[in-house]
Amino acid sequence: MYAIVVGGGNVGIQLAKRLLQRGDEVLLLEKDGGSVGRLSAMLGAENVMAGDGCEMAVQKRAGFGRADVVIAVTGEDEDNLVVCQMAKVVWDVDRVLARVNDPDHEPLFAQVGIDNTVSATGIIFSLLEQQVTPDVMLPVGALARGQIEVVEVKLSNRSLAAGQRVRDLVLPPQTNLVWLLRDSQGLMVQGDTMLTPGDTVVALVPRDHSAALHKLFAER
Amino acid sequence: MKVLIFGCGRTGSTLALELVRRGHEVTLIEQNPSALIRLGENHGCNVVLGSGLEEDTLERAGIREADVFFAATRGDNSNLMAAQVARFRFQVPRICIKCADPLRADAYRKLGYVCVTPSLLTAGFMRDWLLGEPSQPIEAYNVLPDTLKI
Repeated sequence: MYAIVVGGGNVGIQLAKRLLQRGDEVLLLEKDGGSVGRLSAMLGAENVMAGDGCEMAVQKRAGFGRADVVIAVTGEDEDNLVVCQMAKVVWDVDRVLARVNDPDHEPLFAQVGIDNTVSATGIIFSLLEQQVTPDVMLPVGALARGQIEVVEVKLSNRSLAAGQRVRDLVLPPQTNLVWLLRDSQGLMVQGDTMLTPGDTVVALVPRDHSAALHKLFAER
Repeated sequence: MKVLIFGCGRTGSTLALELVRRGHEVTLIEQNPSALIRLGENHGCNVVLGSGLEEDTLERAGIREADVFFAATRGDNSNLMAAQVARFRFQVPRICIKCADPLRADAYRKLGYVCVTPSLLTAGFMRDWLLGEPSQPIEAYNVLPDTLKI
């Protein structure tokens, strides 16, 4: 496979290394001529080229026309967008992949037909979110193509819902608490069930209302 | 008309002032406050500081009501991306892009965008001036010459 990587930052370097290790033919394009020497020492001079990956003359010399995949991983979303679009429109490259630095730009990339994007910020944030609120509300499944979420919520003594009977809770619309786990024992949830700290409750909630449910169980 | 211009460089500022003088409502989006000096005093434009690649900045600038969006910064890729944000995220009816690289402009023209390439207009004008040929309509200059094709 011939892979062209545009952008010789850390992401581009690591990516090129991995692809080379896998036995692929790789060319790393870097706009800043000053850092090409360092990149060549790391990856081999035949795998690095100085030039702006958005310039058609550079693209021609780099061999965009025979590339199996073009991967744009610069720090600028507009550059990554244009590289991928030129690869598709001008050079008819089958597979393009863009790094999206600002997660807000992801919908645009999808709308203009660059379906393969990687957003480091997005990935790190979702990992972080799981770490920060690990035990409040976890998705365990989805029904009706994701319209209904099956979630597991854990009560702490600071949850709004702790110490309340289920019938007294103001649940979001169409939301049902179905089952709970208390001291390793499963219980059906009923109207007069008293929720206590340490309980793990399984609930069905429409996707649009899951934030409201989260609020009810989150710490005050 | 409600006009939105991204970039208050020489092109953006001149365009803005000319359109204001003709009675249009112009809003400029510019990242660098010191670029606004080009507008002079009492210029009559609305100005929003920020990037035309950011949807919230564009909304603050009133893109939902805009009749036309000009991408006129010095960065080709910023212009090309901002134009696509205007088209796909906000459905602005008319969009015009400044694109200095004639080859890039040619590629995006094929995608249906209106791209103006200053170097082509200038070179065409200079050529005709030297050779004493009559000036042509702008479209005749604003096309990729065979000599530049790759």
